[in-house]
Amino acid sequence: MQISMKLEVTDSPGQLVKALKPISDLGGNIRSVIHERDPLSTSGTLDVEITLDIQRQKLEQLKEELKKSDVSIVRIDEERYLIRKSVILIGHLIHTDMSDTVEQIDATGSAEVGELSMIMPAINEPTSAKMILKSDSIQGITEAMIKLREIAKEKNLLIVEPLEGEGFNFDSGDNITWTD
Amino acid sequence: MDRLKIAILGFGSVGKGLAKIIADKNLGIIITAIADSKSGIIDNKGLNVAKVLLAKKKTGLCGDTSITPQKIIETAEYDVLVEVTPTNAATGQPALDYIKAALSRGKNVVTSNKGPIALEFKSLQKMADENNCLLKYEATVCGAIPIIHALQHGLAGNKIKKIYGVFNGTCNYILTRMSDEKLTYKQALLEARELGYAESDPTYDIKGIDAAIKLVILANTVLGFDKTLDDVEITGIDNMSSDAIGLALEDGKTIRLIGEIDAERETLSVAPRILPKNHILVVKDTLNAVTARTDLAGDVTLIGKGAGSFETASAIISDLLYIKENHGGRN
Ligand SMILES: NC(=O)c1ccc[n+]([C@@H]2O[C@H](COP(=O)([O-])OP(=O)(O)OC[C@H]3O[C@@H](n4cnc5c(N)ncnc54)[C@H](OP(=O)(O)O)[C@@H]3O)[C@@H](O)[C@H]2O)c1
Repeated sequence: MQISMKLEVTDSPGQLVKALKPISDLGGNIRSVIHERDPLSTSGTLDVEITLDIQRQKLEQLKEELKKSDVSIVRIDEERYLIRKSVILIGHLIHTDMSDTVEQIDATGSAEVGELSMIMPAINEPTSAKMILKSDSIQGITEAMIKLREIAKEKNLLIVEPLEGEGFNFDSGDNITWTD
Repeated sequence: MDRLKIAILGFGSVGKGLAKIIADKNLGIIITAIADSKSGIIDNKGLNVAKVLLAKKKTGLCGDTSITPQKIIETAEYDVLVEVTPTNAATGQPALDYIKAALSRGKNVVTSNKGPIALEFKSLQKMADENNCLLKYEATVCGAIPIIHALQHGLAGNKIKKIYGVFNGTCNYILTRMSDEKLTYKQALLEARELGYAESDPTYDIKGIDAAIKLVILANTVLGFDKTLDDVEITGIDNMSSDAIGLALEDGKTIRLIGEIDAERETLSVAPRILPKNHILVVKDTLNAVTARTDLAGDVTLIGKGAGSFETASAIISDLLYIKENHGGRN
């Protein structure tokens, strides 16, 4: 899983390392570290924002290790949605009940509609919308796309999908590898 | 064989372009017969091309109304029949019969006509093999781009996993204009018509059928499949909106009509797709662009003109010279 957390460490040498060490000890993979020294702060502490991948079952242990190292956790969030796919829909979107379309996709449980931007055209002209699907797995996006295609057929909507994307970046595993 | 003798059926944009190139360039090719829809002309020693072109321009006829395509196929002296009559995607006729008649007479055939190749490639190839002659059709897909040669010969030994790209210049022109100049679909289509890029009935192009036929040809000729037009999942651009393209542009993307053969799943599809604006397949105006995804060579992309008189004739010339080199002296 990917999580982001905000930590508070004392603003003195070696403190940041103290916060990062338990992560690598537990096999986590740090993706980004942002630390800011607030010039107005008088608390003598430093806020650090870290994004990392770690196994779900190791998370509790990480929290304990950090506590032991005198690092306080201000906030911790699971970054649930790693995979995004944006598609464009064209058709009588309003007329065919857009919120029903969104609900049907959300109801699959495999992905949800993260963003929807619609452009209103002249009356009786088809509407165009950009829809971003979010899921924590490629499988989830694939399932949501199957649902969306079903809905599109039923409501006579045109889905424009990205060229690179689901089922596209696959590698069938028969690539020839050469070690020398 | 010192000189390759050819007979041309169809004397329109492609046929005339071909004749002009042969008259202009010293390619070792002579034309012994030409036919259009109403007339024909034969001279087994080689026609005076300039004279025939002039006659066609003045009278609308290339020759004598008593000389039919059938007569040319059966009686003229030629090594290769060049079949460049109009495409009929439903029946392949009359081209199909012309090609069969020439092959059964043991003559090589070169065509730019998608109909017969999309409908009956297997049986035509079998006929050619049985009669020990060559059947070549480079010009049927993507005009000037030597896509068939590249896939059959240039990338020989590779496993082809996917072939995908822009196969229809008219749709690409419309989408380019909608994207770059913010034209509406209707305005862009009108412009394409005025410039002669779209037929007065543009159905085949905008509904994605033309691109689909080209996929069928590639699938059957290059990949050895047995596909028909019904096997292609087709979505055209006739419902495209400028708002949709605007939404894509907001993200640095645009929309193009992409034909795709997935060789591993054996599926064929044509649909408008979202691509980054700087994607290699986002080519301008009437250009075509095709990527082959292979196991050894990786991705190979070819870009060029998909139509036009000389451009299409270029592909025909290449087929003719291939026959000259590989089948020379047999006849
Ligand atoms: N133009 C391109 O850029 C392009 C690109 C790729 C492939 N192609 C294909 O190449 C072929 C020729 O295209 P084009 O643009 O040259 O077409 P075109 O300009 O319409 O010319 C067609 C020619 O065929 C003749 N014709 C019609 N019916 C005939 C028949 N039953 N028997 C003999 N001749 C007949 C016509 O005669 P009249 O002169 O008497 O009308 C005309 O000379 C088509 O199959 C097309 O799909 C064209």
